[in-house]
Amino acid sequence: MEHNFLATIGRVFLSFMAAVGRIAIFTAHSLRHCIVPPYYLRLLGKQMMDIGYYSLPVVGMTALFTGMVLALQIYVGSSRFNAESAVATIVVIGLTRELAPVLSGLMIAGRVGAAIAAEIGTMRVTEQIDALVTLSTNPFKYLVAPRLIAGLVTLPFLVLVGDIIGVSGGFLVATEKLGFNASNYLNNTFEFLEIRDVVSGLIKASVFGFIVTLMGCYHGFNSTGGAQGVGKATTNAVVSSFVMILISDYFLTVLLID
Amino acid sequence: MSDVPKIELRNVCKAFGKKVILDNLNLSIMAGESLVVIGGSGTGKSVMLKCILGLLKPESGQILIDGEDITNANTHKREQILRKTGMLFQYAALFDSLTVWENVAFGLIQAHGMNRKDAKDIAIQKLALVGLGPDLAEKHSAELSIGMQKRVGLARAIAADPEIIFFDEPTTGLDPIMGDVIDNLIRDCTQDLGATTLTISHDMESAQKIADRIALLYKGSVVWAGLASEIHTCGDPYVEQFVHGDVDGPIKLDILKP
Repeated sequence: MEHNFLATIGRVFLSFMAAVGRIAIFTAHSLRHCIVPPYYLRLLGKQMMDIGYYSLPVVGMTALFTGMVLALQIYVGSSRFNAESAVATIVVIGLTRELAPVLSGLMIAGRVGAAIAAEIGTMRVTEQIDALVTLSTNPFKYLVAPRLIAGLVTLPFLVLVGDIIGVSGGFLVATEKLGFNASNYLNNTFEFLEIRDVVSGLIKASVFGFIVTLMGCYHGFNSTGGAQGVGKATTNAVVSSFVMILISDYFLTVLLID
Repeated sequence: MSDVPKIELRNVCKAFGKKVILDNLNLSIMAGESLVVIGGSGTGKSVMLKCILGLLKPESGQILIDGEDITNANTHKREQILRKTGMLFQYAALFDSLTVWENVAFGLIQAHGMNRKDAKDIAIQKLALVGLGPDLAEKHSAELSIGMQKRVGLARAIAADPEIIFFDEPTTGLDPIMGDVIDNLIRDCTQDLGATTLTISHDMESAQKIADRIALLYKGSVVWAGLASEIHTCGDPYVEQFVHGDVDGPIKLDILKP
């Protein structure tokens, strides 16, 4: 009984380490092809539009309502010890350092990561990736590199826009619903905000963009079977992106606080 | 004419786990020759093709193109070799994100560095060769019937005037008339180009139409090879059984009897 239990733990551990190894090799391979020419600039532009521009509504809505809710909740908490003036500062720091990058990362994982896994997965099972190879085109360069670079570059911009919209949402609620003076609220917003608050959020966003696109590409690239395999790849891409974003968020926070 | 075969397989072995797919496979195709490899499902035809194209790596043996061993060729070398080949996939494997002309011109633009305008002109010429008008050039593959998709796939395979063309089950999924159209196109296009062709098929009628020589694959090795004209008179028990579609004979199917 005990032997079986240990064997099961061993098997799970080995298969986990094998998966980590496969992802590490895929990542190294992908990064190499991001750096070494040729570059597919037309595809990079298209991916930047798909990942960045077309995600603006989702990220904007998320940031807006998060900012609004944050202002309300912090007001409730801070009013218990007469610290209402801290609402603006906490909203802006909470958004820029943590909520905008994490929530944007999660939204992008749902919207973009799933789409990447489904598209590349379908290409895999319909032999389109094999066709790329036979046409002397490296699938890592053609499919993976443009998506990774686009994820890495566009997510910080999305989060920056999200920061502005989120803070605006908090401002709206604070001034229209909670009766804050607009000028005081804005003063409090910017008085204690430091550049590194924003930059740390943007660094996180860049890492999350990389994680989301990497997981989408990895699971799509390794999908097998037919429609079921593509569905599984899509689910795995989203779930693994979520988990990796949340785990890496902690370590990035530790790193960036120092 | 050179005595060096255009394509040669020497003792090629490939297994997936314990299942042996290719078992010391030997095969050679001379320049300008059309060889059709026939055989039942699961006999290793597609695996053989994928090994030649570098999509799978054989466990042992050698694969030579123009006398050069390409079995362990690196990515750069493989891309160079693939520039002189074309491939028609079983279900065409057209890139569904691209238009018809972009599919046909893909290899010209990506592998041969041709500008888009010239590549489009050539693509439209090649589409005309396979009986498709320029009005289809701007459509996407999803808007085409499977017969049309195969013709576009054929146009893509011959777009760069390759020295070698591979055909994977070119008539599968087509009605007899469209199958005949594809066979005629394959024969005409390859004769015009003077290309060496390797086709895998289990369609006997198609095989006789496009082949100079036919090889029968069974359990991962060639059990008979000869001129296409000899297939009905060779007297080989394997060929007899396969041609007549008999259940009884030396070819055993892996099916359980009720």
